[in-house]
Amino acid sequence: MSVLEVRALSKAFGGVRAVNDVAFVVEPGEFLAMIGPNGAGKSTCFNMINGQLAPDSGEILLEGKNIAGLAPRAIWRLGVGRTFQVAATFGSMTVVENVQMALLSHAGEIYRFWRPVAQMHRVRALDLLGQVGMQDAADRPSRELAYGDVKRIELAIALANEPRLLLMDEPTAGMAPRERNELIALVKRLVVERGVSVLFTEHSMDVVFAYADRIIVLARGRVIADGNAAAIRDNAKVREVYFGTGKTFAGAAS
Amino acid sequence: MTFSAFLFQALNGLSTASGLFFIAVGLSLIFGVSRIINIAHGSLYMLGTYIAYTFATHIDGGLGYWGGIVATALIVGVLGALIEIVLLRRIYRAPELFQLLATFALVLVINDATLWLWGPEDLLGPRAPGLRGAIEVFGRQLPSYDLFLIFIGPLVLILLHFALARTRFGRLVRAATQDREMVGALGVNQAVLFTSVFALGALLAGLGGALQVAREPANLATDLVAIGDAFVVVVVGGMGSISGAYLAAVIIAEVKALCIGIGVVDFGFVTVNFSKFTLVAEFLVMAAVLIARPYGLLGKPQAAVRSIAEPEEPIRPATPMLKTLAVIVLALLMCLPLLAQSSPYLLILGIDVLIAVIFATSLHFIMGPGGMHSFGHAAYFGLGAYGAALLVKWLGAPMGIALLVAPLAALAGALLFGWFAVRLSGVYLAMLTLAFAQIVWAAVFQWEGFTGGSNGVIGVWPPPPFDKSWVFFVLTLLLAIAAVLLLRRLLFAPFGYAMRAGRDSVLRAEAIGIDVKRVHWLAFAIAGGICGVAGGLFAFAKGSISPETISVGRSIDGLVMVLLGGIQTLTGPIVGASLYALLQDTVMRQTEYWRALLGIIILVLVLAFPQGIVGAAAHLFGKRRAP
Ligand SMILES: Nc1ncnc2c1ncn2[C@@H]1O[C@H](COP(=O)(O)OP(=O)(O)OP(=O)(O)O)[C@@H](O)[C@H]1O
Ligand SMILES: [Mg+2]
Repeated sequence: MSVLEVRALSKAFGGVRAVNDVAFVVEPGEFLAMIGPNGAGKSTCFNMINGQLAPDSGEILLEGKNIAGLAPRAIWRLGVGRTFQVAATFGSMTVVENVQMALLSHAGEIYRFWRPVAQMHRVRALDLLGQVGMQDAADRPSRELAYGDVKRIELAIALANEPRLLLMDEPTAGMAPRERNELIALVKRLVVERGVSVLFTEHSMDVVFAYADRIIVLARGRVIADGNAAAIRDNAKVREVYFGTGKTFAGAAS
Repeated sequence: MTFSAFLFQALNGLSTASGLFFIAVGLSLIFGVSRIINIAHGSLYMLGTYIAYTFATHIDGGLGYWGGIVATALIVGVLGALIEIVLLRRIYRAPELFQLLATFALVLVINDATLWLWGPEDLLGPRAPGLRGAIEVFGRQLPSYDLFLIFIGPLVLILLHFALARTRFGRLVRAATQDREMVGALGVNQAVLFTSVFALGALLAGLGGALQVAREPANLATDLVAIGDAFVVVVVGGMGSISGAYLAAVIIAEVKALCIGIGVVDFGFVTVNFSKFTLVAEFLVMAAVLIARPYGLLGKPQAAVRSIAEPEEPIRPATPMLKTLAVIVLALLMCLPLLAQSSPYLLILGIDVLIAVIFATSLHFIMGPGGMHSFGHAAYFGLGAYGAALLVKWLGAPMGIALLVAPLAALAGALLFGWFAVRLSGVYLAMLTLAFAQIVWAAVFQWEGFTGGSNGVIGVWPPPPFDKSWVFFVLTLLLAIAAVLLLRRLLFAPFGYAMRAGRDSVLRAEAIGIDVKRVHWLAFAIAGGICGVAGGLFAFAKGSISPETISVGRSIDGLVMVLLGGIQTLTGPIVGASLYALLQDTVMRQTEYWRALLGIIILVLVLAFPQGIVGAAAHLFGKRRAP
């Protein structure tokens, strides 16, 4: 069974049909990229899958179970991790405390009133930070970090509940090209180790073509192409959306 | 009640609605453009009544009355412009909480200025020339002045509506209400726009107040009553919506009129006097609207904010220095009873300070880590105090039981009100909590048979050995220590972290499975319960309580204590409460005009020390981490 199956998903804001009859699947262990120009509806898709927005119509099946319209926290409990396009962390906490919060919630320990947080799940949190290369920053306030590092923290947080599906909305936004490649390579390695499926958006074509197992292209709310790197590169519709007619990805990438 | 009597009451309600509309619409307009909740709006309304009284009694005939009303509106409008230019302009970028406090400081200053100018007596103006008679409607006499009021409300609504729809000024106001940044981008002179909107709002409030001069006496308590009503109207109608304001004014006024109209009803097993439930009914309407439409009948949703003044440092366990300091302070406090012989007043003062510490620490719990700026914490203090006192009065309960029930009563109230409050954020939450506190106050005030009404409850003295003030002091000290340590413990536990997580980023918190509303609701209830302990102690310390225990003033005292100490530090509320209680007991007792003094202190605080004393001290010593 697919980890995620989206059927006929639609969402409109006033007159804008942000997502229009979108359908796709995410297979177990797949590293799937969703690309498309600005305003194509990628974030809106993500927001519906993780429950932040209720779809106008359509189904979102997580391992066969329809989760459309559930609250984000319910969907998280079902094993869906999320990182945001604009990174969101707890600014008044240290880096390790941010990860500890996710671990506490995962363990169902939010309503504990006595034991101090300091030592709860700290070892596991440090371990997760180690995996994203942020262990040295563990005890710094999270709001002092550089943006790229915050994105890594978000990744550690998202991994805390051992998700089956990871939704990453522009995980590399605001990073230098080398850093981008590193982060995506890191994500890919982590998810391959754990067998997690990932759906991510990314504006850098190099990164997408180099790492994604498969690519979905969204434009004006609709899926216009779905296939591997080679198929997408040669797809006339995709090229038109990105460059008008004529140019190719090979030309653009150089 | 007959059908015609019912219709008559409905007409009466419409005339009241006009008054409500005048004050609420200005509040709503000002909020729409400047995002400032002007708590002093009720004061402008009150000033309107007083100024119109002076015109009407010093200049004879129609000129004094009708000319006076127009002049009053203009004077209050100009005053509004001055307030905007001198004060508000400096704080548009400050956190909401500070803006609210600053306008509340104005309430205090204006109230004392009015007291100084017009004296403490109620002043009833003459009846309106030309409209002294009454006409017969549904077989009853309806004063023609009321009829006039019924029409003037909708008339002003229509005028405003056209002004906003057709003029350049109106377009700017609407644009600013929808998107503040845009107006700046259009190159509009924002300062002029804000000043004129504030002046317009003030003018309308002044007009509303002036028109009341023939109906009700000018009274020094009008400011808070009016702002309380206006809040309810604005919350029900939707912030920033003028049609919503009128609609809500009519609904609220009609519901009240209906309650009065129904009067005493005998249900067989129990007799209920509905006219005593006007304020409670108002609350029920608001609650119903907030459940169905959290942003009011005609309002638009706003982004949730649990704002804090500045980015906050991670919390750390107490340093050895702080621990030593705490032990020294406690040791000194323990020695205080030894001085009881020589100076008994010292112990009384000590008890006051400790009660203030419990009060402020519990408020800080939701304000700081929870980001919920409650403007009605007095409600839980009052519920605790009345819970304990009434138990003693009606059941002769021993003090131990009463002190146990006090937090439970407050907890129950906080559970009820908190459920609504956590659905809102920022100024909406502040207003709602304030409105709830006013409702508790009103319920206590109006339910004379049970609560003793304005006389309160007397003779709540602690039994031996607690009648000795040093014993009671030790009891208070122990409870204060327990309360402070408990709240502190909670903040270091997962629950406290979850509260802060929800404040820092609702988005992230929900995305990792935290039910932010539920956590904040529980936090609100805990804070209420702890505050109830302070209330219970207060009842026994004073031996008697009155509705004053629940007054807005007490809620604001709490806010000032927290801000004085600094909202971002855990020790802040303790320092702030102690200092403030000492100040209140010493300096403020010296002058009749203590309100103005307090107002000025708040203004200085807001403008000069936005981080509070402990926060400022921490910065001063170059220490990044405040304890
Ligand atoms: N809350 C909202 N209210 C109104 N319109 C919205 C809202 N969210 C998104 N939209 C609109 O929906 C469309 C899709 O937006 P979305 O954010 O999903 O695009 P995106 O593909 O993520 O773009 P980007 O690459 O810039 O992040 C856009 O036209 C956007 O303006
Ligand atoms: Mg996006």
